[in-house]
Amino acid sequence: MTQVVVVTSGKGGVGKTTSTAALGAALAQGGANVVVVDFDVGLRNLDLVMGAERRVVFDLVNVVQGDAKLAQALIRDKRLPNLSLLAASQTRDKDALTAEGVERIIGELREKFDWVLCDSPAGIERGATLAMRHADAAVVVTNAEVSSVRDSDRIIGLLDSKTEKAEKGGHMPKHLLLTRYDAGRAARGEMLKVEDVLEILSIPLLGIIPESQEVLRASNLGAPVTLANPASAPARAYAEAAKRLMGEQIQVTMPMAESRGIFGKLFGRRAVA
Amino acid sequence: MNLLALFRRRSTAPIARERLQVLLAHERVMVGGSDLLAVLQEEILAVIGKHISVDRDKVQIKLDRGDPVSTLEIDVEVPSLLPTGALARRSELAAARR
Ligand SMILES: Nc1ncnc2c1ncn2[C@@H]1O[C@H](COP(=O)(O)OP(=O)(O)OP(=O)(O)O)[C@@H](O)[C@H]1O
Ligand SMILES: [Mg+2]
Repeated sequence: MTQVVVVTSGKGGVGKTTSTAALGAALAQGGANVVVVDFDVGLRNLDLVMGAERRVVFDLVNVVQGDAKLAQALIRDKRLPNLSLLAASQTRDKDALTAEGVERIIGELREKFDWVLCDSPAGIERGATLAMRHADAAVVVTNAEVSSVRDSDRIIGLLDSKTEKAEKGGHMPKHLLLTRYDAGRAARGEMLKVEDVLEILSIPLLGIIPESQEVLRASNLGAPVTLANPASAPARAYAEAAKRLMGEQIQVTMPMAESRGIFGKLFGRRAVA
Repeated sequence: MNLLALFRRRSTAPIARERLQVLLAHERVMVGGSDLLAVLQEEILAVIGKHISVDRDKVQIKLDRGDPVSTLEIDVEVPSLLPTGALARRSELAAARR
Protein backbone atom coordinates (compact mmCIF):
# COMPACT_ATOMS: atom_id res chain seq x y z
CA MET A 1 0.00 0.00 0.00
CA THR A 2 1.16 3.49 -0.84
CA GLN A 3 2.64 5.55 1.95
CA VAL A 4 2.21 9.31 1.80
CA VAL A 5 4.87 10.86 4.00
CA VAL A 6 5.18 14.54 4.83
CA VAL A 7 8.66 15.90 5.55
CA THR A 8 8.07 18.82 7.86
CA SER A 9 9.69 20.91 10.60
CA GLY A 10 8.05 24.22 11.40
CA LYS A 11 11.40 25.96 11.40
CA GLY A 12 13.02 26.93 8.12
CA GLY A 13 16.38 25.79 6.84
CA VAL A 14 16.71 22.68 8.97
CA GLY A 15 17.06 20.27 6.03
CA LYS A 16 13.57 19.29 4.84
CA THR A 17 14.29 19.62 1.14
CA THR A 18 17.67 17.91 1.43
CA SER A 19 16.02 15.09 3.38
CA THR A 20 13.08 14.71 0.98
CA ALA A 21 15.48 14.32 -1.94
CA ALA A 22 17.83 11.97 -0.11
CA LEU A 23 15.11 9.76 1.39
CA GLY A 24 13.21 9.70 -1.91
CA ALA A 25 16.30 8.65 -3.81
CA ALA A 26 17.23 6.06 -1.16
CA LEU A 27 13.76 4.50 -1.32
CA ALA A 28 13.95 4.46 -5.12
CA GLN A 29 17.45 2.96 -4.99
CA GLY A 30 15.83 0.14 -3.02
CA GLY A 31 13.51 -0.47 -5.98
CA ALA A 32 10.31 1.28 -4.91
CA ASN A 33 8.35 3.64 -7.12
CA VAL A 34 8.79 7.04 -5.56
CA VAL A 35 7.58 10.56 -6.18
CA VAL A 36 8.85 13.62 -4.32
CA VAL A 37 6.42 16.54 -4.27
CA ASP A 38 7.45 20.13 -3.60
CA PHE A 39 4.80 22.00 -1.60
CA ASP A 40 6.93 25.11 -1.19
CA VAL A 41 4.92 27.17 -3.68
CA GLY A 42 6.67 30.40 -4.59
CA LEU A 43 10.03 29.25 -3.27
CA ARG A 44 10.63 25.94 -4.93
CA ASN A 45 13.99 24.29 -4.43
CA LEU A 46 13.46 20.59 -4.61
CA ASP A 47 13.92 20.77 -8.41
CA LEU A 48 17.39 22.28 -7.88
CA VAL A 49 18.43 19.75 -5.27
CA MET A 50 17.24 16.96 -7.58
CA GLY A 51 19.00 18.52 -10.58
CA ALA A 52 15.78 18.79 -12.61
CA GLU A 53 15.42 22.58 -12.63
CA ARG A 54 15.86 22.87 -16.38
CA ARG A 55 13.16 20.39 -17.14
CA VAL A 56 10.16 21.74 -15.23
CA VAL A 57 7.28 22.35 -17.64
CA PHE A 58 4.23 22.05 -15.41
CA ASP A 59 4.03 22.13 -11.66
CA LEU A 60 1.80 21.25 -8.74
CA VAL A 61 -0.29 24.41 -9.13
CA ASN A 62 -0.92 23.69 -12.84
CA VAL A 63 -2.15 20.23 -11.94
CA VAL A 64 -4.24 21.47 -8.99
CA GLN A 65 -5.86 24.07 -11.21
CA GLY A 66 -6.44 21.59 -14.03
CA ASP A 67 -4.12 23.31 -16.55
CA ALA A 68 -2.07 20.15 -16.91
CA LYS A 69 -2.49 16.46 -16.33
CA LEU A 70 -0.51 14.84 -13.58
CA ALA A 71 1.37 12.64 -16.06
CA GLN A 72 2.53 15.74 -17.91
CA ALA A 73 3.85 17.40 -14.80
CA LEU A 74 5.79 14.46 -13.37
CA ILE A 75 9.49 14.71 -14.15
CA ARG A 76 11.32 11.44 -14.21
CA ASP A 77 14.78 11.41 -12.69
CA LYS A 78 17.55 10.91 -15.24
CA ARG A 79 19.48 8.56 -12.99
CA LEU A 80 16.68 6.55 -11.41
CA PRO A 81 13.68 5.84 -13.65
CA ASN A 82 11.53 4.89 -10.66
CA LEU A 83 12.02 8.30 -9.03
CA SER A 84 9.85 11.23 -10.10
CA LEU A 85 9.46 14.85 -9.10
CA LEU A 86 6.39 17.04 -8.99
CA ALA A 87 7.73 20.59 -8.78
CA ALA A 88 6.17 23.55 -7.01
CA SER A 89 5.26 26.69 -8.88
CA GLN A 90 7.78 29.48 -8.76
CA THR A 91 5.51 32.26 -9.95
CA ARG A 92 2.40 31.74 -7.84
CA ASP A 93 1.74 32.01 -4.16
CA LYS A 94 0.56 29.50 -1.62
CA ASP A 95 -3.08 30.46 -2.10
CA ALA A 96 -2.96 28.94 -5.57
CA LEU A 97 -3.27 25.54 -3.88
CA THR A 98 -6.76 24.45 -2.96
CA ALA A 99 -7.58 21.78 -0.40
CA GLU A 100 -9.73 19.84 -2.88
CA GLY A 101 -7.09 20.05 -5.61
CA VAL A 102 -4.39 18.75 -3.31
CA GLU A 103 -6.63 15.92 -2.14
CA ARG A 104 -7.34 14.87 -5.72
CA ILE A 105 -3.67 14.89 -6.69
CA ILE A 106 -2.54 12.94 -3.66
CA GLY A 107 -5.23 10.42 -4.57
CA GLU A 108 -3.89 10.15 -8.12
CA LEU A 109 -0.32 9.84 -6.87
CA ARG A 110 -1.37 6.98 -4.59
CA GLU A 111 -2.40 5.04 -7.66
CA LYS A 112 0.95 5.46 -9.38
CA PHE A 113 3.56 5.25 -6.64
CA ASP A 114 4.61 3.23 -3.60
CA TRP A 115 5.91 6.30 -1.80
CA VAL A 116 4.77 9.90 -2.01
CA LEU A 117 7.14 12.22 -0.14
CA CYS A 118 5.81 15.74 0.42
CA ASP A 119 8.43 18.44 1.03
CA SER A 120 6.68 20.93 3.30
CA PRO A 121 7.39 24.65 3.35
CA ALA A 122 8.58 26.11 6.66
CA GLY A 123 6.04 27.63 8.98
CA ILE A 124 2.68 26.48 10.22
CA GLU A 125 0.54 28.26 7.65
CA ARG A 126 -1.54 27.00 4.79
CA GLY A 127 1.32 25.58 2.74
CA ALA A 128 2.56 23.47 5.64
CA THR A 129 -0.90 22.29 6.66
CA LEU A 130 -1.78 21.35 3.07
CA ALA A 131 1.45 19.38 2.75
CA MET A 132 0.64 17.31 5.85
CA ARG A 133 -3.11 17.12 5.27
CA HIS A 134 -3.31 13.70 3.60
CA ALA A 135 -0.17 12.12 5.01
CA ASP A 136 -0.09 8.59 6.42
CA ALA A 137 3.10 9.34 8.35
CA ALA A 138 5.42 12.24 9.05
CA VAL A 139 9.15 12.77 9.14
CA VAL A 140 9.83 15.60 11.56
CA VAL A 141 13.14 17.19 10.61
CA THR A 142 14.84 18.78 13.60
CA ASN A 143 18.21 20.30 14.42
CA ALA A 144 19.63 19.84 17.91
CA GLU A 145 19.00 23.43 18.83
CA VAL A 146 16.31 25.06 20.99
CA SER A 147 14.22 26.92 18.44
CA SER A 148 14.12 23.99 16.05
CA VAL A 149 13.03 21.60 18.81
CA ARG A 150 10.35 24.00 19.93
CA ASP A 151 9.01 24.40 16.39
CA SER A 152 9.06 20.63 15.92
CA ASP A 153 6.95 20.28 19.02
CA ARG A 154 4.48 22.71 17.51
CA ILE A 155 4.39 20.75 14.25
CA ILE A 156 3.84 17.49 16.12
CA GLY A 157 0.78 19.14 17.67
CA LEU A 158 -0.54 20.05 14.23
CA LEU A 159 0.14 16.56 12.90
CA ASP A 160 -1.99 15.21 15.73
CA SER A 161 -4.85 17.62 15.12
CA LYS A 162 -4.94 19.13 11.63
CA THR A 163 -4.41 16.08 9.44
CA GLU A 164 -7.15 14.04 7.85
CA LYS A 165 -5.93 10.99 9.69
CA ALA A 166 -6.02 12.71 13.08
CA GLU A 167 -9.45 14.18 12.42
CA LYS A 168 -10.77 10.70 11.76
CA GLY A 169 -9.42 9.61 15.12
CA GLY A 170 -6.46 7.73 13.70
CA HIS A 171 -2.90 7.73 14.90
CA MET A 172 -0.33 9.62 12.87
CA PRO A 173 3.08 7.90 13.04
CA LYS A 174 5.81 10.50 13.46
CA HIS A 175 9.51 9.90 12.95
CA LEU A 176 12.25 12.16 14.20
CA LEU A 177 15.04 12.89 11.75
CA LEU A 178 17.83 14.76 13.47
CA THR A 179 19.78 16.58 10.80
CA ARG A 180 22.91 18.71 10.61
CA TYR A 181 24.11 16.93 13.72
CA ASP A 182 27.58 17.87 14.88
CA ALA A 183 28.75 15.23 17.33
CA GLY A 184 31.76 17.30 18.34
CA ARG A 185 29.63 20.24 19.36
CA ALA A 186 27.21 17.97 21.17
CA ALA A 187 30.11 16.35 23.07
CA ARG A 188 31.39 19.79 24.06
CA GLY A 189 27.95 20.70 25.32
CA GLU A 190 27.37 23.32 22.62
CA MET A 191 24.49 21.48 21.04
CA LEU A 192 21.63 19.50 22.47
CA LYS A 193 22.35 15.81 22.78
CA VAL A 194 20.36 13.21 20.85
CA GLU A 195 18.90 11.89 24.11
CA ASP A 196 17.78 15.39 25.08
CA VAL A 197 15.91 15.94 21.84
CA LEU A 198 14.37 12.47 21.97
CA GLU A 199 13.24 12.95 25.53
CA ILE A 200 11.68 16.34 24.84
CA LEU A 201 9.87 15.41 21.64
CA SER A 202 9.29 11.75 22.55
CA ILE A 203 8.77 10.41 19.05
CA PRO A 204 10.83 7.52 17.65
CA LEU A 205 14.16 8.27 16.02
CA LEU A 206 14.37 7.67 12.29
CA GLY A 207 17.99 8.67 11.96
CA ILE A 208 20.76 11.11 12.70
CA ILE A 209 22.26 12.90 9.74
CA PRO A 210 25.66 14.43 10.44
CA GLU A 211 26.50 17.96 9.39
CA SER A 212 28.61 17.38 6.31
CA GLN A 213 30.02 19.23 3.36
CA GLU A 214 28.94 16.31 1.20
CA VAL A 215 25.42 17.72 1.43
CA LEU A 216 26.54 21.00 -0.09
CA ARG A 217 28.53 19.22 -2.78
CA ALA A 218 25.48 17.17 -3.67
CA SER A 219 23.24 20.20 -3.98
CA ASN A 220 25.87 21.97 -6.08
CA LEU A 221 25.77 19.00 -8.42
CA GLY A 222 22.01 18.70 -8.36
CA ALA A 223 21.89 15.19 -6.98
CA PRO A 224 20.42 13.79 -3.77
CA VAL A 225 23.36 13.02 -1.49
CA THR A 226 22.53 9.30 -1.55
CA LEU A 227 23.20 9.40 -5.31
CA ALA A 228 26.00 11.97 -5.38
CA ASN A 229 28.17 10.09 -2.89
CA PRO A 230 26.55 6.92 -1.56
CA ALA A 231 29.56 6.07 0.61
CA SER A 232 29.53 9.37 2.50
CA ALA A 233 28.35 9.52 6.10
CA PRO A 234 25.19 11.55 5.41
CA ALA A 235 24.26 9.27 2.48
CA ARG A 236 24.65 6.18 4.63
CA ALA A 237 22.62 7.79 7.39
CA TYR A 238 19.85 8.65 4.92
CA ALA A 239 19.93 5.15 3.43
CA GLU A 240 19.51 3.69 6.92
CA ALA A 241 16.70 6.11 7.70
CA ALA A 242 14.94 5.05 4.49
CA LYS A 243 15.19 1.41 5.58
CA ARG A 244 13.66 2.26 8.93
CA LEU A 245 10.90 4.10 7.14
CA MET A 246 10.26 0.84 5.28
CA GLY A 247 9.91 -0.87 8.64
CA GLU A 248 13.31 -2.49 9.00
CA GLN A 249 14.65 -2.65 12.53
CA ILE A 250 18.20 -1.42 12.43
CA GLN A 251 20.38 0.19 15.02
CA VAL A 252 20.82 3.95 14.66
CA THR A 253 24.43 4.84 13.92
CA MET A 254 25.69 7.56 16.24
CA PRO A 255 27.82 10.08 14.36
CA MET A 256 31.36 10.16 15.68
CA ALA A 257 32.86 13.35 17.03
CA GLU A 258 35.18 14.96 14.54
CA SER A 259 38.86 15.12 15.44
CA ARG A 260 39.81 18.71 16.05
CA GLY A 261 43.49 19.01 15.13
CA ILE A 262 44.85 20.27 11.86
CA PHE A 263 45.79 16.71 10.99
CA GLY A 264 42.26 15.59 11.64
CA LYS A 265 40.91 18.47 9.59
CA LEU A 266 43.08 17.60 6.61
CA PHE A 267 42.88 13.86 6.60
CA GLY A 268 40.03 12.96 8.85
CA ARG A 269 37.42 14.70 6.76
CA ARG A 270 36.43 11.74 4.71
CA ALA A 271 35.78 9.66 7.76
CA VAL A 272 33.37 12.11 9.25
CA ALA A 273 32.11 14.09 6.30
CA MET B 1 41.94 9.08 -0.42
CA ASN B 2 44.78 10.27 -2.61
CA LEU B 3 45.65 13.88 -3.35
CA LEU B 4 44.30 13.77 -6.86
CA ALA B 5 40.91 12.73 -5.57
CA LEU B 6 41.08 15.53 -3.03
CA PHE B 7 41.51 18.09 -5.78
CA ARG B 8 38.93 16.58 -8.02
CA ARG B 9 36.45 16.60 -5.19
CA ARG B 10 36.76 20.33 -4.80
CA SER B 11 35.20 21.44 -8.01
CA THR B 12 31.45 21.44 -7.51
CA ALA B 13 30.98 25.19 -7.00
CA PRO B 14 31.59 26.03 -10.70
CA ILE B 15 28.92 23.50 -11.61
CA ALA B 16 26.52 25.10 -9.15
CA ARG B 17 27.34 28.53 -10.55
CA GLU B 18 26.64 27.45 -14.11
CA ARG B 19 23.39 25.72 -13.19
CA LEU B 20 22.19 28.83 -11.40
CA GLN B 21 23.16 31.17 -14.21
CA VAL B 22 21.14 29.19 -16.71
CA LEU B 23 18.18 28.82 -14.38
CA LEU B 24 18.05 32.45 -13.29
CA ALA B 25 18.45 33.73 -16.83
CA HIS B 26 15.29 31.83 -17.64
CA GLU B 27 13.42 32.77 -14.48
CA ARG B 28 14.18 36.47 -14.80
CA VAL B 29 12.61 36.86 -18.22
CA MET B 30 9.54 35.11 -16.90
CA VAL B 31 7.98 38.31 -15.56
CA GLY B 32 4.23 38.32 -15.46
CA GLY B 33 4.25 34.55 -15.42
CA SER B 34 4.68 34.23 -19.16
CA ASP B 35 7.56 32.18 -20.24
CA LEU B 36 8.51 32.17 -23.93
CA LEU B 37 8.72 28.40 -23.97
CA ALA B 38 5.29 28.11 -22.38
CA VAL B 39 3.82 30.51 -24.92
CA LEU B 40 5.42 28.61 -27.80
CA GLN B 41 4.11 25.37 -26.45
CA GLU B 42 0.53 26.69 -26.18
CA GLU B 43 0.56 28.17 -29.67
CA ILE B 44 2.06 25.11 -31.27
CA LEU B 45 -0.60 22.92 -29.71
CA ALA B 46 -3.29 25.34 -30.86
CA VAL B 47 -2.01 25.11 -34.43
CA ILE B 48 -1.91 21.33 -34.34
CA GLY B 49 -5.39 21.40 -32.84
CA LYS B 50 -6.70 23.18 -35.93
CA HIS B 51 -5.91 20.15 -38.05
CA ILE B 52 -6.53 17.23 -35.77
CA SER B 53 -8.26 16.85 -32.47
CA VAL B 54 -5.54 16.67 -29.90
CA ASP B 55 -6.17 14.63 -26.80
CA ARG B 56 -4.33 16.55 -24.11
CA ASP B 57 -3.67 13.35 -22.23
CA LYS B 58 -1.68 12.04 -25.17
CA VAL B 59 0.61 15.03 -25.38
CA GLN B 60 4.01 14.77 -23.76
CA ILE B 61 6.04 17.90 -23.42
CA LYS B 62 9.70 17.86 -22.56
CA LEU B 63 11.72 20.88 -21.87
CA ASP B 64 15.37 21.51 -21.30
CA ARG B 65 16.28 25.06 -20.43
CA GLY B 66 19.85 25.37 -21.52
CA ASP B 67 22.54 27.69 -22.61
CA PRO B 68 23.03 28.61 -25.43
CA VAL B 69 19.90 26.76 -26.60
CA SER B 70 16.83 25.40 -24.96
CA THR B 71 14.87 22.56 -26.39
CA LEU B 72 11.14 22.13 -26.37
CA GLU B 73 9.96 18.74 -27.43
CA ILE B 74 6.27 18.21 -28.06
CA ASP B 75 5.16 14.69 -28.61
CA VAL B 76 1.64 14.43 -29.99
CA GLU B 77 -0.08 11.17 -30.60
CA VAL B 78 -1.94 11.35 -33.90
CA PRO B 79 -4.70 8.82 -34.58
CA SER B 80 -3.47 6.69 -37.47
CA LEU B 81 -6.72 6.70 -39.49
CA LEU B 82 -6.55 10.37 -40.10
CA PRO B 83 -4.77 11.64 -43.21
CA THR B 84 -1.97 13.10 -41.28
CA GLY B 85 0.98 11.80 -43.23
CA ALA B 86 2.20 15.28 -43.83
CA LEU B 87 2.16 16.09 -40.20
CA ALA B 88 5.19 14.77 -38.48
CA ARG B 89 4.30 12.46 -35.66
CA ARG B 90 6.82 14.08 -33.54
CA SER B 91 7.48 17.75 -33.82
CA GLU B 92 10.71 18.60 -32.26
CA LEU B 93 11.56 22.19 -31.96
CA ALA B 94 14.66 23.83 -30.85
CA ALA B 95 13.26 26.93 -29.30
CA ALA B 96 15.15 30.05 -29.99
CA ARG B 97 17.69 31.27 -27.52
CA ARG B 98 16.48 34.37 -25.88
N1 LIG C 1 23.47 17.37 6.92
C1 LIG C 1 23.77 18.57 6.45
N2 LIG C 1 25.05 19.01 6.45
C2 LIG C 1 25.36 20.23 5.97
N3 LIG C 1 24.50 21.07 5.42
C3 LIG C 1 23.21 20.71 5.37
C4 LIG C 1 22.76 19.44 5.88
N4 LIG C 1 21.43 19.35 5.68
C5 LIG C 1 21.04 20.50 5.09
N5 LIG C 1 22.11 21.32 4.90
C6 LIG C 1 22.12 22.65 4.29
O1 LIG C 1 21.22 23.47 5.01
C7 LIG C 1 20.57 24.37 4.16
C8 LIG C 1 19.06 24.23 4.32
O2 LIG C 1 18.68 22.93 3.90
P1 LIG C 1 17.29 22.66 3.20
O3 LIG C 1 17.06 23.58 2.07
O4 LIG C 1 17.21 21.19 2.95
O5 LIG C 1 16.33 23.05 4.40
P2 LIG C 1 14.76 23.26 4.40
O6 LIG C 1 14.29 22.81 5.73
O7 LIG C 1 14.16 22.62 3.21
O8 LIG C 1 14.65 24.83 4.26
P3 LIG C 1 13.31 25.69 3.99
O9 LIG C 1 12.59 25.73 5.29
O10 LIG C 1 13.83 27.02 3.57
O11 LIG C 1 12.54 24.98 2.92
C9 LIG C 1 21.04 24.07 2.76
O12 LIG C 1 22.06 24.95 2.43
C10 LIG C 1 21.57 22.65 2.88
O13 LIG C 1 22.59 22.40 1.95
MG1 LIG D 1 12.87 23.45 1.71
